[in-house]
Amino acid sequence: MGMTMTEKILARTSGAKTVSPGEIVVVDVDTCVFIDNSFFPVYWREMLKLANPDKIVVVFDHRVPASDRAAAAAHVVGRAFVKQFGIKRFHDVGRDVGISHVVVSDRAYALPGTVLVCADSHTCSGGAFNCAARGVGAPDMIYTGVTGKTWFRVGETVRYDITGKLNAGVTTKDVFLHIANAFGEHANQNVEFGGPGLQHLSINARRTIATMGAEISADFAIFEADDAVIDYVKSRNPAPFEPANPDADAVYKYRRELALNEMEPLVALPDAVLNNSVPVGKVAGEKIDQAFIGSCANGTLDDFSIAARVLNGRRVAEGVRLLITPGSQEIYREAVRAGYVQILVDAGAIVTNATCGACGGGHLGVLGPGETCITASTRNFKGRMGDPTARIYMGSPATVAASAIAGVITHPGEFTKEALV
Amino acid sequence: MSGNLVSARVWKFGDNINTDLMLPGDVHMATEEVQASRVFSANRPGWLAEMTPGDIIIGGKNYGTGSSRPASRSLRNIGIACVIADSVNSLFFRNCVNFGLLALECPGVSDLFTEEGQICEISLDNFTVRNKTTGKILNAQKVPANLLALMRGGGIYPVLEKEGFIAPMKARPAEAAAGH
Ligand code: SF4
Repeated sequence: MGMTMTEKILARTSGAKTVSPGEIVVVDVDTCVFIDNSFFPVYWREMLKLANPDKIVVVFDHRVPASDRAAAAAHVVGRAFVKQFGIKRFHDVGRDVGISHVVVSDRAYALPGTVLVCADSHTCSGGAFNCAARGVGAPDMIYTGVTGKTWFRVGETVRYDITGKLNAGVTTKDVFLHIANAFGEHANQNVEFGGPGLQHLSINARRTIATMGAEISADFAIFEADDAVIDYVKSRNPAPFEPANPDADAVYKYRRELALNEMEPLVALPDAVLNNSVPVGKVAGEKIDQAFIGSCANGTLDDFSIAARVLNGRRVAEGVRLLITPGSQEIYREAVRAGYVQILVDAGAIVTNATCGACGGGHLGVLGPGETCITASTRNFKGRMGDPTARIYMGSPATVAASAIAGVITHPGEFTKEALV
Repeated sequence: MSGNLVSARVWKFGDNINTDLMLPGDVHMATEEVQASRVFSANRPGWLAEMTPGDIIIGGKNYGTGSSRPASRSLRNIGIACVIADSVNSLFFRNCVNFGLLALECPGVSDLFTEEGQICEISLDNFTVRNKTTGKILNAQKVPANLLALMRGGGIYPVLEKEGFIAPMKARPAEAAAGH
């Protein structure tokens, strides 16, 4: 019997010939990513030894530069840990900082065919690179740090065959919202993506979908490794790897087609992502106070490009705050070089440093009581971005940019007629 | 909880209960005591005063979806004896193993309990969940013995400590007051 991509990677890293759904496997972890949150006293436990410091990556991301004294203290603990064990891959506040999942992408730390863990639910982002990457708990990270291993329960796999091409004004954020709306949660399941439509999706566009895998509660969200992925990884990381593409007779719980040409801009209504989206037109006209583009899902250079194309020569509406946060300082530098930042700040946007920022309600754009926000980030749970009475709509960066111009939720087609991805 | 039989009254929560609801973002980095004082404060204010240690939470589909934050630790700290749901999000399930909270997947359990306050009896010998009030019974999915031992034995930190992998917990004043 054939195996899915996830099953192949879990078999290889657990030393088994095959694995199948329901089994619990203990795997060797190739990459173990610690974030600044891990070093807060309420999460940190002092490790006395490390299985292999070269498999560890440390990235400060949620609260950079230190947003308060507690964050500053956590950063001190993190730096001491890095120094104690001589960890080479350290992304401190400065040139190489960014959201962990984005840094993992920039540096191609998530190698095809390998296992990567991090104490953050959107770690599945690394699936865009054919990596079995997933979020685990803080104690799992400590366990992996000291033993080099972790465990997974092998889930069933849902396969999505991507076909066609996206129409003007539509992005992969809309594709994700379609999946979440039409198929709901995928708890204890893996999702896998492949098919002829893949060639029309950039690495960044794929990463948006893989990252959002957490929002449909998928265990892993893995893409096939086509030439684009292999070239991307090779150009950024010299380490050897072996991709894991699916067997022709792999067994899937469901196999579904995603016809890109049938997708349209969607918006998730406040408080939930699952089964909660409508076409933009249904909520058009809803007044907003804040618009946000950023996070590990939508802080890519593509997202900057989309926002800049919609906002070029236009102005953010009076009374609306448009906040744009790059996923990493590397993306920030590229966005400056490409001229996107100039266009965005001319339009009245606030472009912040690379961090999680407003996405997690931690800093740089927290919502107040009764406010309404439209966000191109990862989550619109109640209270996620600030006060629990705030209402958070979620849409694509194009929809958010268009809404910021109009001051009310607006279809991106009002301001752009071009293919965005 | 003693032996392999757990019996207590239930509280019902719906589908897709997320970890932000159990552990709100604004106390994400606060002490365990503060975190525990805010469980379900956004969706069910006042519930903490009504529940008593030893109670059981019944969830619907995908219980514990969302971030990797240690929401299970907060439920453990307020004394929840067990979470039983139609399905449990796998990241939340991991954290139940990690922090020592009993969690069971039992398809149909959200319909088995028609009202809050009914008494639930769980057997961990044969993994059954019984509504003592109505007498109806369902099978839960078996949890492997090693994971069950961690769930019932305080999670993985005590084990790592014993094996010399991590330093003993340093007493922190605010947490010492929380009594754990
Ligand atoms: S950007 Fe948002 S979703 Fe992504 S890691 Fe940061 S807080 Fe989490």
